[in-house]
Amino acid sequence: MNIVDLFSMAAITAGAIFFLAGTVGLLRFPDTFTRLHALTKADNLGLGLVVLGLLPQVRSVLAGLTLVCVWLLVLLGSAGTSQLIARAARERDLDS
Amino acid sequence: MIDLVTAGIAALILALAIWTVAARDTLAAVIGFVTFGLMLTLAWVRLVGVDVALTEAAIGGGLTGALMIGAASRLRPLETAAEAERPRGMVRLLAAVMAAGVSIALIICVLALPNPAPTLAPDTAANMNATGVLNPITAVLLAFRAMDTLLEAIVLVFALIGVWSLAPDRAWGGRPGLRQHADPNGILAYIARVLPPIGIIVGTYIFWIGADLPGGKFQGATIVAAMWLLVIMAGLADAPPISRTWLRVGLVAGPLVFIAIGAYGAVAAEAFLAYPAGFAKPLIIVIELALMPTLALILGLLVIGAPLRAEKS
Repeated sequence: MNIVDLFSMAAITAGAIFFLAGTVGLLRFPDTFTRLHALTKADNLGLGLVVLGLLPQVRSVLAGLTLVCVWLLVLLGSAGTSQLIARAARERDLDS
Repeated sequence: MIDLVTAGIAALILALAIWTVAARDTLAAVIGFVTFGLMLTLAWVRLVGVDVALTEAAIGGGLTGALMIGAASRLRPLETAAEAERPRGMVRLLAAVMAAGVSIALIICVLALPNPAPTLAPDTAANMNATGVLNPITAVLLAFRAMDTLLEAIVLVFALIGVWSLAPDRAWGGRPGLRQHADPNGILAYIARVLPPIGIIVGTYIFWIGADLPGGKFQGATIVAAMWLLVIMAGLADAPPISRTWLRVGLVAGPLVFIAIGAYGAVAAEAFLAYPAGFAKPLIIVIELALMPTLALILGLLVIGAPLRAEKS
């Protein structure tokens, strides 16, 4: 095992820990907004770390770029949907 | 030894299936079903069935999920009334007995399959050269079993006619779904401007690569349809009135081209849907090119639903 593999393992493990933390937050935080916060912030960072750990392992530059694009698309998607969910939750709170 | 990831996926699929059946709230059951579809996608990837995994993710989880979320939100006002008239003990017992009977029959059938299972895979591999495509799934779908694919496309047109037939009389020929009033500077409009160019490229790529690698028109068309729906939901464009000629031509163009090429095969080759030797690949590409827009239109319109507004509104 060389230094590159060690780096990958460290980054992916750190990413998995962020996913775990995000899920714990989703289960334990008191309201919609804090739960969304836990889910989007922690999971996006976790996925970024997993992608970072996988980058040295890919065979071509194109495959690496694809991984980065996947991460960017997830960032866009989760940032957008979390805003929409938060807005819907706020409107529901104002109505009731 | 079963590896842990496979066992974990199998356990999650079972748990989600039970959750989907047992959940009292319709929306909760639908969300369980969509997650079930995503886990099923992972299972297909583990089984190296990437074509099936793509289809499951796009159609099983995504599109069917969107249809069911729409149905669940329509049923919401009736939910308490439906809850009040839950079936009595005897009916539920009978339903449980019948469901268990079907499950047991299925288990017996699966266990009774010969090992190794009968397969046409060697025949497919031996005859693939004649089709000119490199993805065996595409060879089966558009050459060896083209009839199934043709009927599949026609069934979707019928499904859309079924959805449209739910339109109230005054809205017939009008625009489907409700007018969307999203904030033109809001986050939804922003995503609906940024995402479609990427989605259209990804959808077209998945469609085009289907000849040689996992992918195909169904998965590609679902992604393109999703982009169209996103633009409509963000209020950036309205759904077209269903009386438009271009729309109706688009809805039948794919199957008609398919049937025309099939009939040409009856004349130029030896059977309906047979391809003349050497022309298989170009004809398959023509069929796929014709089916892709039709499928994207149908899948999008299925989610938008029945016409609810007269054209003037």
